[in-house]
Amino acid sequence: MTKPQQLADDGEMELKRRKAQRARNVAIALALGAFVILLYVATWSKLGVNAVVRPTL
Amino acid sequence: MAEMFERGESSGAVAVSTAMPSDYFELLKPRVMQLVVFTAISGLVIAPGELHPVLALIAILCIAIGAGASGALNMWFDSDIDAVMTRTANRPIPSGRVSRQEALAFGLTLSFFSVFVLGVLVNWLSAGLLAFTIFFYAVIYSMWLKRSTPQNIVIGGAAGAFPPIIGWAAVTNTVSLESLALFAIIFIWTPPHFWALALFKSGDYEKVGVPMMPNVVGNRSTQNQIFAYALLLAPVGVLPYLMGFAGLAYGIVSGAAGAAFVWFAFRCWKMPSDDKAMVPAKRLFAFSIVYLFVLFGTLILEAALPGLAALLG
Repeated sequence: MTKPQQLADDGEMELKRRKAQRARNVAIALALGAFVILLYVATWSKLGVNAVVRPTL
Repeated sequence: MAEMFERGESSGAVAVSTAMPSDYFELLKPRVMQLVVFTAISGLVIAPGELHPVLALIAILCIAIGAGASGALNMWFDSDIDAVMTRTANRPIPSGRVSRQEALAFGLTLSFFSVFVLGVLVNWLSAGLLAFTIFFYAVIYSMWLKRSTPQNIVIGGAAGAFPPIIGWAAVTNTVSLESLALFAIIFIWTPPHFWALALFKSGDYEKVGVPMMPNVVGNRSTQNQIFAYALLLAPVGVLPYLMGFAGLAYGIVSGAAGAAFVWFAFRCWKMPSDDKAMVPAKRLFAFSIVYLFVLFGTLILEAALPGLAALLG
């Protein structure tokens, strides 16, 4: 393989890697966001009406 | 961040990770997951008692992710033979899209999270059952039975049969005879389903030395056993009706589907053992998937329809 060809291949690979990494980052962010929402909704579901009851001081 | 590379395990060379989220999703064996979710929902829907819809959704999600995690662990362990078999050569690990370490970490993380979340938000019995299912599939089946005995999928089939029990336990916090009947249906269904596949994929399994029934005892004996299991499955499939926790519609549907299963198994049994096309075995394999969906679909519909009708007024 010639040197320019090698460089072109490396550049293409780097581009592919960056694209994949960005997609993975977005997927992780979405999964974490969904997990937080899930816990929030689940807490409301488990507490029911007690969620809005505040102890009087 | 160009210095963030991963070390490819097989070659020892530095490799660049180009794994996309879809590759990780593929590690979860989405097709198997569909069946797991479907059977888990049936346990959840027909169980006596009530579970908040949000918690029911979380339970299903955890069971699905737990099943997917065990699929990822299975792909991690079996990547050597997956690379040789034509059916599995394009999976994320053998095709080089995901490394073995990534798959292992992914599987373990999801296993932990699915069990923990199910335990904290639903109950610890269902979480314990899910943990046992993951352990059974990944360790007992994948690491031990699969490569050591032709009874691998008979015993290993228990892993696939647990989801309705987990669904039932999520609602009732118990394991009862009813949920064990659902377990029995999937447990008895597994051998004829997989052996039908093994009949026309025996070359693949032989290549990698996995002792599937046709490779060990031959096609004729496998066909006999498939037929015997089909004869056993037909009455077991009707058990929910006979035990009184499914209605007449299920009784009729399961009876008819069981008879059809026996018919397809009979055609497979009559097939010459040296048949090249193996059409009856392929038909039995395809029908076995339909059979399970029809049975559990009817169970769900029967249990959910009265509630839906009341909701719609």
